Amino acid sequence: MENLAALTDEALKLVADAEDLAALDHVRVEYLGKKGQITALLKGLGKLSAEERPAAGAKINEAKQKVQQQIGERKHAMEQAAVEAKLAEETIDVTLPGRGQTNGGLHPVTRTLERMANIFKAVGYDVEEGPEIEDDYHNFEALNIPAHHPARAMHDTFYVDATHVLRTHTSPVQVRTMENKEPPIRIICPGRVYRCDSDLTHTPMFHQVEGLVVDKNISFADLKGTVDQFLKAFFEADVPVRFRPSYFPFTEPSAEVDIQCTNCGGDGCRVCSHTGWLEVMGCGMVHPNVFRASGVDPEVYTGFAFGMGVERLAMLRYGVNDLRMFFENDLKFLKQF
Amino acid sequence: MKLSEKWLREWVNPNLTTEGLVEQITMAGLEVDAVEPVAGEFSGVVVGEILEAEQHPDADKLRVCKVAGNGDEVCQVVCGAPNARPGIKIPFATVGAALPPGEDGKPFKIKKAKLRGVESFGMLCAQTELQLGDDDSGLWELAEDAPVGADLREYLDLNDQCIEVDLTPNRSDCLSMKGIARDVGVLNRKEVIEPVIKAVEAQIEDTIKVSLNAGEACSRYVGRIIRGVDVSRPSPLWMQERLRRAGLRSIDAIVDVTNYVLLEQGQPMHAFDLNTLRGGVQARMADQGEKLTLLDGQEVELNSDTMVIADDERAIAMAGIMGGNDTAVTGETKDILLESAFFHPIAIAGRARSYGLHTDSSHRFERGVDYKLQEQAIERATQLLLDAVGGQPGPVMVTENDQIPQDREVTLRRERIKSGLGFEMSDEDVIDILTRLGLELSVKADTGWRFRVPSYRFDIAIEEDLLEELARVYGYNRLPTTSLTADLSILPQNETRVGLSAVRSQLVARGYEEAIAYSFVEPKLQQMFDPEITPVPLQNPISADMAVMRTSLWPGLVSALQYNLNRQQHRVRLFETGQRFIPKGEGVSNLDQQPVIAGLIYGSRLEEAWTAKAENVDFYDMKGDLESVLALMADEASFSFEVARHPALHPGQCAAVVRNGEQVGFVGALHPKLQQELGLNQSVYLFEITQASVAEAQLPSFQPLSKFPEVRRDIAVIVDQNINVDSLQNTISAAAGEQLTELKVFDVYVGKGIDPHRKSVALGLTFQHASRTLTEDEINASMDAVIKSLEETFNASLR
Repeated sequence: MENLAALTDEALKLVADAEDLAALDHVRVEYLGKKGQITALLKGLGKLSAEERPAAGAKINEAKQKVQQQIGERKHAMEQAAVEAKLAEETIDVTLPGRGQTNGGLHPVTRTLERMANIFKAVGYDVEEGPEIEDDYHNFEALNIPAHHPARAMHDTFYVDATHVLRTHTSPVQVRTMENKEPPIRIICPGRVYRCDSDLTHTPMFHQVEGLVVDKNISFADLKGTVDQFLKAFFEADVPVRFRPSYFPFTEPSAEVDIQCTNCGGDGCRVCSHTGWLEVMGCGMVHPNVFRASGVDPEVYTGFAFGMGVERLAMLRYGVNDLRMFFENDLKFLKQF
Repeated sequence: MKLSEKWLREWVNPNLTTEGLVEQITMAGLEVDAVEPVAGEFSGVVVGEILEAEQHPDADKLRVCKVAGNGDEVCQVVCGAPNARPGIKIPFATVGAALPPGEDGKPFKIKKAKLRGVESFGMLCAQTELQLGDDDSGLWELAEDAPVGADLREYLDLNDQCIEVDLTPNRSDCLSMKGIARDVGVLNRKEVIEPVIKAVEAQIEDTIKVSLNAGEACSRYVGRIIRGVDVSRPSPLWMQERLRRAGLRSIDAIVDVTNYVLLEQGQPMHAFDLNTLRGGVQARMADQGEKLTLLDGQEVELNSDTMVIADDERAIAMAGIMGGNDTAVTGETKDILLESAFFHPIAIAGRARSYGLHTDSSHRFERGVDYKLQEQAIERATQLLLDAVGGQPGPVMVTENDQIPQDREVTLRRERIKSGLGFEMSDEDVIDILTRLGLELSVKADTGWRFRVPSYRFDIAIEEDLLEELARVYGYNRLPTTSLTADLSILPQNETRVGLSAVRSQLVARGYEEAIAYSFVEPKLQQMFDPEITPVPLQNPISADMAVMRTSLWPGLVSALQYNLNRQQHRVRLFETGQRFIPKGEGVSNLDQQPVIAGLIYGSRLEEAWTAKAENVDFYDMKGDLESVLALMADEASFSFEVARHPALHPGQCAAVVRNGEQVGFVGALHPKLQQELGLNQSVYLFEITQASVAEAQLPSFQPLSKFPEVRRDIAVIVDQNINVDSLQNTISAAAGEQLTELKVFDVYVGKGIDPHRKSVALGLTFQHASRTLTEDEINASMDAVIKSLEETFNASLR
């Protein structure tokens, strides 16, 4: 009993000096284990008198606990340090780029087409498509453009043979839809169109979105509202829109639509040829001859149609300044969208 | 249609600025393309007269002139123009004058100068130097009676603008001053003051026989003989200036007058030299192959759909398009036959274009010339001609048949104004607008009106045309605007339809940029990719390298690849969606216009990065990307890849994509021969499949999950190299029994330790039963069956 304090101090020192878990365990076995030195003292209690025994037992237990606790604390500290060391070792540079395939992107024309389509689909328009090599009937005749009509000169048509052309607009899709479907009709017709023209501001192929609404009691006011709302939605701005009388053989009355120049806000600049306005689409009330050619009774139904160039709107929306870039497929251009 | 603002204001002068006027007519459908001053900005230029012109002592091409006009002073001016000679009157820029600015935007100041040692006080000008025209051949020779010393701007009345109106083809009525002024009058509720046209009395009796032999094509021909004209006399300056401002050059007085009447009244006219005509004149259709030399000197071979004016022996003009050379007015002409005819639009439309011609006359006739205008026009021309070149007019000869267009009447229902335009217009406004446009109210009823259409409005035929006129004059932008209303019915929604946008998104997510290439390609390139197909050619391609319709999207993608490689891009991943055009037999009607999707990869697999060393793409990259698209169909079993050949692809790296037994596309490496011909250093991988094959997915269908453990067994078998793993898998699946739930290839090895003709394929088989735990014996039995079957079918051995 007389060496309890010494034993305890000795054990505590060994705990403090232990450098790893094994050394610590060794201390535990040496002093607190079944054959440990402090445990042995407990076994010697029997030699004491009954009066002395409880006090001595308590002292030994106290010492034992003290050592036990020190071992626990030391062990915890060691484990903690090990975790810390592992974490430190595993630290990486999180600013380096991640691994794997990088994203590509949609062509700005597709992006614009999808935006337009989504605007119209959201209010119940369907998307219709059709052939790009069209017969003369659907591209011209059914649209009230007979052979030799001066309006044909406006179209610079590519001919495939005597009766087939590369469609000059997506209007033939409207005719095909009316031939096959009863009103009410609310559709848009996106797609490639072709005109035999190539310079700074024309490419021989470009994209159009045309729209057609046929129902009872459709008026010019509905057309104006639809076009106005679409343009404001597309440009996400309260952009002034104006309608100018114009002429298309397939609509009557017909209008050209201008928006206030998105570049200069109407003050006049290079983009709008100093007029303050940009022509963005053509539209009008469907001509009765077109209805008749498509099997729709013009005395029962009226309707409107509109059409716009996708590249034109994409240029305005994204600030592209050269039409021809759309078809060069330069990755440095494509990756911007 | 280009015209002088001053001239317009003589007819009708609304209280509007130039800008206001331009805005007004643009918004009424007569779109103004440009407003330009009729002359450049200059000052200090006077009418000068060259008194003397002598050779410069030290320069062959220069002359030293004495010029009057700068006050009372006679100035010495050195001039290089070839036509500088005494007696002519010319624009004279005096010292201190400012000529129109050049490129730098600053006015060009005239200073005292020395040219090759001779002093010069001013400059004599050509049209171009004053921006007054495009004649730069020499000094602009002014009229003989031009007042020397007068300010040129005042003399020519140059403080004026040219307004250029881009007319739509329906508005032929506005192809004249008369027509534009009429619309301006209507828009401003102002009276239009027309020049007074009085019938000119005949002074001689001479006539010529006129016959109409082309039916409806020419239903009215008005002619007049004028004898004794003096063609050496010029047309008056005011006329020349108006013509110039309309973009027409002064030729001689007779041509100028016919052009002037065309501009003023809208009636194209022609003058024949009477003494060149053989017998009478007639309108008839040309004989096929008949020859005619036109005014511009070119000889044309006529088609029988073309109307001509002929004398008794030959065609003398292409009716309504251009006169003939043999009967044209020349410097020798003494007597003329004036023609003012009505040719029907249908007879003229497209004809000029078919000969590569387009004239002011054909432009008007094919759109429609007022069929009541001919006599008035010939009177106007006579009046102007007599003033300019003198002569004695004969009587006006009017020849007509019974096929002159009838006046049309159009009904307008009041209710249609409301339903068509969305608002109610007062009866007074309706009648006011339409009658001011020249329509005549013929019937008034409770429900609406009937109007007679004026002879100059070829575009008004139906009720909708009247609605347009009302809307146009009232103002499109004043009309109401409404939101479209419709049923909010909920319609069936097809869940299994896969949109093209989902396919595009998938490719974008795998690193592809979307390309859009022209649908027409270079025939040679097309031929390289699809030598067995004759593509559809265009009849009028825009250039030789865009002459045939593509039968595949690959030529376009490969061209885009080359374009980018030439611009220091080394890694290219592109896709495109669009139609390809595959002939299926004779004629365009048998053409298959197929929407397809195609992709191309080239260069390193991933962007250059610190994470991996650069490895180039191979067949399996392309196939993996394609499989990820096919996976959108959630119908793996319906697709297969079969060993195939394609002329553009490497024979050993080419697969046909098959869905439900139908071949829907190809995937593979570009044939090394093509790769070399196209100058590409590395392998190119391509796919193309129909859009139809990736449009329909399978609806998910739940399968109960097994609660019992699954067991996996791996085997490695050695087989001949030419055995496709696909067939091994099929054999294994058949032999393993129903409990095989998954079969994976996890290694393919060729090389050391294996017969050089053979390969090792390692496969993992997973077994699971739906309702109980499989026993070891059962699995062993399955594996034995698999191995036996592989041994028998493929001579496989376990590794």
